Amino acid sequence: MNVPDDLHYTESHEWVRVEGENARVGITDHAQAELTDVVYVELPKVGATAEAKGQIAVVESVKAASDIYAPVKGTVVEVNKALEGNPALINTDPFGEGWIFVLKMASPDEVKQLKDAAAYRAAIG
Amino acid sequence: MTLMSEAAPRKTPLFDEHVRLGAKMIPFGDWMMPVQYSGIIDEHKAVRKNVGVFDISHMGQLVATGPRAGAWLNEMLTNNIDKLEVGTGQYTFLLNEQGGIIDDLIVYRTEPEKFLLVVNASRTEEDFAWLQKHLADSTALGNRSADFGGLAIQGPRVIELLQAMVGKETELPERNQIKDFAYDGITLTIARTGYTGEDGVEVFFAAKDAAKVWNDLLSKGKEFDIRPCGLGARDTLRLEMCYPLNGSDLSPKHNPIEAGLGFFVDLKKPKFVGREVLTEAKEKGTATRLIAFRMKSKGPPPRPHYSVWQDGQRIGEVTSGSLSPSLNEGIGMAYVATEHARVGSEIEIEIRDRKLPAVIEKKPLYKKS
Repeated sequence: MNVPDDLHYTESHEWVRVEGENARVGITDHAQAELTDVVYVELPKVGATAEAKGQIAVVESVKAASDIYAPVKGTVVEVNKALEGNPALINTDPFGEGWIFVLKMASPDEVKQLKDAAAYRAAIG
Repeated sequence: MTLMSEAAPRKTPLFDEHVRLGAKMIPFGDWMMPVQYSGIIDEHKAVRKNVGVFDISHMGQLVATGPRAGAWLNEMLTNNIDKLEVGTGQYTFLLNEQGGIIDDLIVYRTEPEKFLLVVNASRTEEDFAWLQKHLADSTALGNRSADFGGLAIQGPRVIELLQAMVGKETELPERNQIKDFAYDGITLTIARTGYTGEDGVEVFFAAKDAAKVWNDLLSKGKEFDIRPCGLGARDTLRLEMCYPLNGSDLSPKHNPIEAGLGFFVDLKKPKFVGREVLTEAKEKGTATRLIAFRMKSKGPPPRPHYSVWQDGQRIGEVTSGSLSPSLNEGIGMAYVATEHARVGSEIEIEIRDRKLPAVIEKKPLYKKS
């Protein structure tokens, strides 16, 4: 299972890529493999604010709808519109084209509380 | 997101084979079952196009024997046992006194005075207890569920595949028939039934032979592009056909008339459990009706328990819903107030904070082209 070293991870299987004051967020390779066949993504609205661990988006597979949580507190500044036409990007490229949204972090230090790649690898076994 | 993880409950005799093939295993009732191998959409399409195999070893097998077994079952079940020749089966319901559905099942007459009931895994104990409680004199009822493994082999290429196993010249049972076949020292009981809308069979054998039958089938099936399939594809395939799922579309709160399955209830029989309630339901109509619907636009798939609306009024609740892999659109079934249950009516499905347009369709939702 692919777990890139340069990302931060949540217990709820989101990843975070720090880009200056912003955090780009998606779900991990492990999460997409568990879901498979993503058929719909409910994106957050640009401008929406989120608390850390607050529900912010929904990823739906054939079988079920799964809530996606904001890894840190912030404001949504960008969403991945490509997922509206091709939600399976989450399956084919979870850490790249399959990103879901970008948050402007309220406090960039907050990412330090997330798991690093080694800790996430250990968590998923 | 939250991923499910629970302690492992019961295992079918094919558990190790599923794990070896990389299936994703999930708790399903009391059982650990494969929900998917290659992916629900891929498996679903394989069954529609070629052939797929499902582990149904979790399903229950009850066997009733005795000179009065047929007459007794006729009072326990809704369909007419007298119509069953030896070697044939019928879909039927086990009801409570209020006409509510305890289980839907297939009953086969395997010998003149012997009947095999194939019941839902999650209802096996309950069905057995209910039937035991109502058992007639000189009739024996056994719960043989642990003795058997079972596979559903479904798809347009099923007969070619089976003939490659049991012999090209072998005549396989016709629709709803059941027959024993010898295969490499194993007895395969093959019934021409299924839950997918495709041609197919359900095969039962001694639990100890399960891994051999499974592996032989997958290896002989290679030339037919066989796929091992999980519960996920089983659910989307049956939903496209509007075949009900007990526990979702069927429950003790609903009777077969409300579910639109009166065809499997013989009200001309003088006596069976639930007859009075069903006769009234048939004559006076029911307050709700199980309808099939299709979403009118691309969007989130409908799911169980979503509310159904019409003209600003909540008219019912979704019982089954998914993306249809064949139609590539959201489909589902719902109980709605009967006055709103007309085919062609526009309805709305409440999905999170939005009401999205849908239309009531004739069953089945998927028709083979």
